Amino acid sequence: MPVEVLKDRNPSRVGEVVLGATKEEGGTRAYSLKVGGDPALPFHHFEGQTPNRPVIALEVQDVVPNWPPALAACYQDVWDNPAAWAKKCVEQYGADLIYLKLDGADPEGANRSVDQCVATVKEVLAAVGAPLIVVGCGASEKDNQLMEAISEAASGERLLLGNAEQDNYRTIVAACMVHGHNVIAKSPLDINICKQLNILITEMNLQPNRIVIDPSIGGLGYGIEYAFSIMERSRLGALQGDKMLSMPVLCTIGHECWRQKEASAPETDYPEWGEAAARGVLWEATAASALLQAGAHILLMRHPRAVALTKGLIDKLMQPSDF
Amino acid sequence: MLIIGERINGMFTDIKEALQNRDPKAVQEWAKKQEEGGARALDLNVGPAVPAAERAAAMQWLVEVTQEVSGLMLCLDSTNFDVIEAGLKVCKNPAMINSTNAEREKVERAFPLAVQYGAKLIGLTMDRKGIPKDADSRLAFAMELVAAADEFGLPMEDLYIDPLILPANVGQDHGPEVLKTLQQIKLLANPAPKTVLGLSNVSQGCQDRSLLNRTFLALGMACGLDAVIADACDPLLTETAAAAEVLLNQTIYCDSYVKMFRTR
Repeated sequence: MPVEVLKDRNPSRVGEVVLGATKEEGGTRAYSLKVGGDPALPFHHFEGQTPNRPVIALEVQDVVPNWPPALAACYQDVWDNPAAWAKKCVEQYGADLIYLKLDGADPEGANRSVDQCVATVKEVLAAVGAPLIVVGCGASEKDNQLMEAISEAASGERLLLGNAEQDNYRTIVAACMVHGHNVIAKSPLDINICKQLNILITEMNLQPNRIVIDPSIGGLGYGIEYAFSIMERSRLGALQGDKMLSMPVLCTIGHECWRQKEASAPETDYPEWGEAAARGVLWEATAASALLQAGAHILLMRHPRAVALTKGLIDKLMQPSDF
Repeated sequence: MLIIGERINGMFTDIKEALQNRDPKAVQEWAKKQEEGGARALDLNVGPAVPAAERAAAMQWLVEVTQEVSGLMLCLDSTNFDVIEAGLKVCKNPAMINSTNAEREKVERAFPLAVQYGAKLIGLTMDRKGIPKDADSRLAFAMELVAAADEFGLPMEDLYIDPLILPANVGQDHGPEVLKTLQQIKLLANPAPKTVLGLSNVSQGCQDRSLLNRTFLALGMACGLDAVIADACDPLLTETAAAAEVLLNQTIYCDSYVKMFRTR
């Protein structure tokens, strides 16, 4: 019996955002990346071709991180040197772009100065040709100073800077507007705040095609389903023409997964859970696969083997499906 | 909720004078005001402002001067399809035809016209005998309109069925029948046709018109009403539409939901 495939016709689509600027575009990147633009639910190519494949950023920090052995094994030879670390991520591990997390700026932690952080950003920009995502340490006041300085120092590079949040968005948005960067609008697993924040940012006259949504996610086993349903709702909203939910979506997968004990606990603690290295990789790759199908456009990850697995999955998901 | 602004109509003195003197000022002011109010389409009706022979040219003029200041969809409102077609010829964007009833002769002209110009079409649930009394007879006409969409190849989402509301002080018994019809129209096809009402008619000749309009708007939306031809400059009406969209889970809530409704 022939099966009739019901196809949805959507009146609208997800917006496109360009990350990174080449020389011709006013920056120094070797290439720029386009994300978003989807005319249908994730990978429903039969309802409209997905124009841009999801991209993967590998995380680099400005201080030596307290990461479990499975990650240390990949990075400990370079993790005291962000530029070398970024180079390894791009050249050896196939990162599409670099996610530079400036945790070292935290006044409660290493308290690196604004100038030191700016220097780190510049070193990473010089070391790799990939586009850059740069996010502060999470302390609002310091982050505002950081983002103003980084924004100016990397003017024209079309960085993706974060995070703009509902109670602290003006400084970073203004910095992005002046220096031609994109901004991450981060909301706490709350679609109403997600939408409202996008409205607040666009009311400052930053165009919607300069905004990327970070909906906040839970890791696998820690509320990933909340993130899934929020991303699904926002995609449905975008497809129905809700312009304030039409921005591409970024997911902090590495951060959420590797802090869970299922990913990082040594075998001695849970012998029945199997080999720790493989377990963490699978934890991260499985979370990535779920979030891809929920509509993630930019995956922030950590383990190169999880990245390789996820890239293989993206290859398959991007194959045309004609019904 | 698609609000189609009703104000550019030759029945109003300022529009009538604008048409007679070919002075675009009033037309363009109302176009802008209605768009700011929350209208996402503009009804254009020459009305009795000019002699019948000049109405096609007058409609073209209305379309052209409105397009100079607004990119909204235009809803060409006339009982004469030649007048509507003249307007369609100069529309830059896909338009809306207002309207046909379910009489065969009109259907045969209106549906192909809509298909030819890629326009949406408003279909009234009546024939030459007038407005039906109850939901069942309204639905019978709605079914004929749905069948016509199939027959002539008009996408079902481009058919806007109007179950016709009467003033509360004239046909009070029609209110519940219209609401029942709205619900059932949605069951006639998949994808379902759209629904529309000439909302201000519900309060024609009544006191507190705005209150009656917005109350019936909310009742209608709960029954599947997609669009209204209405007073887009009544802030209470657009606020009600914005709130109802949120409460019916048609749009995702945010703190600026009223503003978003007007500026989207």
